[in-house]
Amino acid sequence: MIELIAQNPFIASLVALVGLGVVFGALLGFAAVKFKTEGDPIADQVEALLPQTQCGQCGYPGCRPYAQAIADGDDINKCPPGGEATIAALADLLGVEAKPLDAVEESVPSVAYIREDECIGCTKCIQACPVDAILGSAKHMHTVIASECTGCDLCVEPCPVDCIEMRPIETSLQTWAWDKPKPPEDLIASDRSGASA
Amino acid sequence: MSQLIRKVWDIHGGIHPAENKQQSLQSPIQAAGIPPQLILPLAQHIGAPASPIISVGDRVLKGQMIAEAKGFVSASVHAPTSGTVSAIESRLIPHPSGMSGACIVIDTDGQDEWLKHSGVEDFRSLSKMELIDRVRQAGIAGMGGAGFPSAVKLSTRDDKPIETLILNGTECEPYITADDILMRERAAEIIAGAEILRHLIKPSKETLIGVEDNKPEGIAALQKAAEGTGIEIVPFPTKYPSGGEKQLIQILTGKEVPAGGLPADIGIVCQNIGTATAIYRAICFGEPLISRITTITGEACSQPRNYEVLLGTPVQFLLDQSGFKKDDCIRLVMGGPMMGYTLQDTAVPIVKTSNCVLAPSVAELPPPPPAQACIRCGMCAEACPVSLLPQQMYWFARAQEHEKLEDHQLFDCIECGACSYVCPSNIPLVQYYRASKAEIRQAQQDKIKAERSKERFEARTARLEQEEAEKEAKRAARLQAAKDKAAAAVSNPDSSKTDLIQAAIERSKAKKADAADPAHDAIARAQAKRDGKVEEETPAAKTERLQLLIASAERRLTSAREKLALAKEQGGESVEAFATAVIKTEDKLIALQKELAEHQASSTSAPADTDAADPAQAAIARAMAKRAGASADESDEDKTQRLQNLVATTEKRLAAAQQKQSIAQEQNDANVAAFATGVEKTQSKLDNAKQELAEHLAQISTKAITTEAASAEQASSDDPVQAAIERAKAARAAQTDMSEDDKLKQSIASLENRIARTQEKLSAAQESGDDKAEILADSIAKLQDKLASAKQQLG
Amino acid sequence: MGFLKVSSPHAHGPMSTASVMRLVLMATLPGMLALTWFFGFGTIVNVLWASITALAFEALALRWRKRPIGFYLNDYSALVTAFLLGIALPPAAPFWLIMIGTGFAILICKQLYGGMGYNPFNPAMAAYVMLLISFPVEMTTWMAPKGSFAGDLLGPIEALRYCFDFGREAIDAITMATPLDVLKQNNALLVDDLWSQSAQFGQIAGKGWEWANAGFLLGGAYLIYRRIFTWHAPLSMLAVLTLMSLLFYDGGSSASGGSPFFHLFSGATMLGAFFIVTDPVTSAVSNRGRLIYGALIGLLIYIIRVWGNYPDAVAFSVLLMNFAAPFIDHFTQPRTYGHSTGAEK
Repeated sequence: MIELIAQNPFIASLVALVGLGVVFGALLGFAAVKFKTEGDPIADQVEALLPQTQCGQCGYPGCRPYAQAIADGDDINKCPPGGEATIAALADLLGVEAKPLDAVEESVPSVAYIREDECIGCTKCIQACPVDAILGSAKHMHTVIASECTGCDLCVEPCPVDCIEMRPIETSLQTWAWDKPKPPEDLIASDRSGASA
Repeated sequence: MSQLIRKVWDIHGGIHPAENKQQSLQSPIQAAGIPPQLILPLAQHIGAPASPIISVGDRVLKGQMIAEAKGFVSASVHAPTSGTVSAIESRLIPHPSGMSGACIVIDTDGQDEWLKHSGVEDFRSLSKMELIDRVRQAGIAGMGGAGFPSAVKLSTRDDKPIETLILNGTECEPYITADDILMRERAAEIIAGAEILRHLIKPSKETLIGVEDNKPEGIAALQKAAEGTGIEIVPFPTKYPSGGEKQLIQILTGKEVPAGGLPADIGIVCQNIGTATAIYRAICFGEPLISRITTITGEACSQPRNYEVLLGTPVQFLLDQSGFKKDDCIRLVMGGPMMGYTLQDTAVPIVKTSNCVLAPSVAELPPPPPAQACIRCGMCAEACPVSLLPQQMYWFARAQEHEKLEDHQLFDCIECGACSYVCPSNIPLVQYYRASKAEIRQAQQDKIKAERSKERFEARTARLEQEEAEKEAKRAARLQAAKDKAAAAVSNPDSSKTDLIQAAIERSKAKKADAADPAHDAIARAQAKRDGKVEEETPAAKTERLQLLIASAERRLTSAREKLALAKEQGGESVEAFATAVIKTEDKLIALQKELAEHQASSTSAPADTDAADPAQAAIARAMAKRAGASADESDEDKTQRLQNLVATTEKRLAAAQQKQSIAQEQNDANVAAFATGVEKTQSKLDNAKQELAEHLAQISTKAITTEAASAEQASSDDPVQAAIERAKAARAAQTDMSEDDKLKQSIASLENRIARTQEKLSAAQESGDDKAEILADSIAKLQDKLASAKQQLG
Repeated sequence: MGFLKVSSPHAHGPMSTASVMRLVLMATLPGMLALTWFFGFGTIVNVLWASITALAFEALALRWRKRPIGFYLNDYSALVTAFLLGIALPPAAPFWLIMIGTGFAILICKQLYGGMGYNPFNPAMAAYVMLLISFPVEMTTWMAPKGSFAGDLLGPIEALRYCFDFGREAIDAITMATPLDVLKQNNALLVDDLWSQSAQFGQIAGKGWEWANAGFLLGGAYLIYRRIFTWHAPLSMLAVLTLMSLLFYDGGSSASGGSPFFHLFSGATMLGAFFIVTDPVTSAVSNRGRLIYGALIGLLIYIIRVWGNYPDAVAFSVLLMNFAAPFIDHFTQPRTYGHSTGAEK
């Protein structure tokens, strides 16, 4: 037997390869059992990248369920508050192609604002707020805790008197910063193509 | 101490841009004079903006504090001349964004009248705390460019002994000569200021004034003034950016300020020489920081020179004096050409940090050419004074690789601009770094916020789940209790059953009596109050009380109904008694509700009637009316809910009763007759309830329409609430006139409407896979049932 | 008011990418002149034809990529590639060889990766290696140096004729193995004997070659003086090459790898050290990194020259180290002001 193998290079290589396959397969199998990771780290990592607005615009009730869905293979482009940046980060994490955002436009960071003299104190917005960022009690005026508001706009629809509006967060002297310059090549290219087209 | 040549160190990198300092050094410092209006931003320093302590219309004297420091890291603002405060408002301020900020505007009166002030003769007699307090009161902030409040910088901690005090006379930026001319003309003041600082800081080793060797006159003047004081003037080779605090420290001491640390961490305090003079004037003359020396230069100015400028002077005022040619100038820079920022408007004022206004001609500083690709030539890395790799950071910045940027110490970048200056491809590197720094900070904040949002969301979810679980537990307990009771009744069919029923009747009667009394009392009280003094119990409070009563009555009603149902199930004579009890309770409830409705109507109209000349009264009244209206809405909803519940339960009961009846008939039971009556009664009750519901719904929809109309008209009408109530009343009146058929039609319409809406919601929910879908489907089924029965009634 | 709103700095230094590239082009002139002096006009023709084709390919690629052509042609980067390739190719190389070379360099090695600044490999060297592997015969036909044969040097007309393949067969008469080749093939003679027997050897290295290398050294020194690049990479490369040849120099036996002088002034050593190794796009970025990068190239050059299959090794060494540049960068981040150690994490 051994002689046959030794004599015949084809069989020898076959045996060697199969042998290696068996050995490494066993190793991998052992590793898979021995170093099994608890929980679903992918979903956790995905969740860490989502903006946690809990707005449900992705079609899932909150960021965690969407993270789980992405881990289970759903598209990564359903998060308007996160926008292109989140898609890029997710694509990077999951090693998939970044897709254009599956929404009309990226949501502008904003906070909910209750026009307080129109508020009738129905508490519907309080019930809708996913992060308990609306303060108030029944039949009393409500108000938004601006620093906790994620801008998900879930409170706008339930308001029976339409006294909630989403106000984009404005730049102040403190938050103002230089924009990143347009990449030089693109800038010129677009200028030219604009001129020639 | 008289070392002839002192060792100086070199910094990494650096550049040698054309100095262009001679132009503005041709003439001495000139007072710029008093402009007609001074604009004083509340934030001229790093830290919290000052808060105004004067009001519009006040006359202020020169040197008078007009805004006080708010918090530890802050600086006060003083009136630079006498005049009248004409506004405290948002004005354009010198800031790279070109945005506006809060400013105090003073219309000057030209008298330049000083507030009474005095300095100390011997500053050595004052304690450190007193001196620092005077510096703080004088509103002095670093005049080199950053504007860090000086008092904060001088408040050194005892656990960090200071070895070296450094005065920064480097002025490495091209064009700027404010410090140079200060050294030439006021060297004595600088040295005097240095003496005060030395007394304050008590450096254990030495006091140095670092000056670049391109200012020989300044160095000579300082050396002359410093003779015999032990203050050492250290000239060192000219190179940009040796004037950066960290760079100067490295040049003079060879030490490096640890990343993220302060000079005090290595026993060094650094102050600008301009700041030293300001401190001198504040301590020795009691003059706060109200003016500074500012260079106006650039080829677009025919007479470049240095001015002693009152803070708040508009840039235009200075440019006018310098022969500014607007047509030659396409960019106006506050500060130097390396680190200054562009101004969009000449109306912005000079502030504590404005060392230069540069108005270059187009040829002098042409607009930036389009950037080419980075070829990684590494000239930027050669020029970087803090040994960064700008070319790498540029690629990372473009690719948004924040982690890599931080690994490459982006935050150690001092934004000196040396890299952009040497870049052969004209890449605006500094802008990339600035933007990336802001992006990273924003990302960090977003991350923190996301974390918090997540926590809050999870806490909320947990809370809701718990509530749900509790409800579930209660429901289960109730079900169990009912079962137990039923079991007990079955096991003890004769004696105990009657006993139990008897007991229940007793209990219910007792309760009824209890409940009835307070209700009566309440009604009596309410009536008394309504007749007499409304102000004792506000309509709102009354509404609330009535609503409470209604709620408890409702509770009683439901429990009575439960009992009735139980009794019916078990059969027996007490059924009749229970039924009567239920009917009575219902009557009472209806009475209460009527009372409430009346009360609300009266409370909404009453204040509107009494609205008199007093507008405040009227406003309060309107607010009350609105609130009352709101609570009326609320009770409408409650009522709808309740009525719907009632209909649903009655339907259920009817079904059960019918079933029982049929069973009884099958079995030829003696109770058949009783069952039949029960069914009949339940049927009639159901009909009643449905009618009520329909009426109510119709009412609500009319109300909703009128509310909408009211809100639309709110802007135009004087008292919209009153009008709305008027309309609502009219609508209600119209409705009562409506025939039974019309009402039914209306209710059918509203039901159809609701079904449509619910279906919409359902489809949306189904699409998104929401678990609400089931509930919605159920409710549609119910609504359809109702619709069918309504149609039946109509047909 | 209509003032510009731009980020600082507002002043800009005098240097532009185009001026850097122009200086580099100028600095190749002494070496190119020496090559022409000793090997005839072949190199000039190479460079001219390479420049024309390179610019054409660049324009074509920019057109395909919808980029402004004039703006990018003005940066001279295509010309630099063309010059380097033209100099590296055997004088009066066939036109198609040059064209394939520039096409490969510009289209594949440069524009395909996104144009100037994005290419991971030095385009000229990648093209050179590609040609060397694909067309070994044409790539190793080097002119005989002046004075080593009876005939005349290649004149401009002849060079053009040969280049465009008119009577190219005649070129064999004036070609000769290069000194590096001769030394490599030698396994019988002592170095001194070889030196005296072969016509292509000069004072310290190959006849002509030593002058060409001296020319490139001069140009490189000028560029360092003008601070176009730092001394780190070229110096460390030359130092390691010297060290290696010293270490393995056995005084001139038949198996000798050649003396340090021979290595320094043979083949493309100086051209490589000052014009290829210093190519900023594809080399390491920090000065410490450049020291390592240059040193490893020097090491590889010696190894490949002496123990490898190819007589010259600059192109291979540079390409191999282009691969390694990012790794070197990763481990040689300089210490930033205020940090106790560099960012080696």
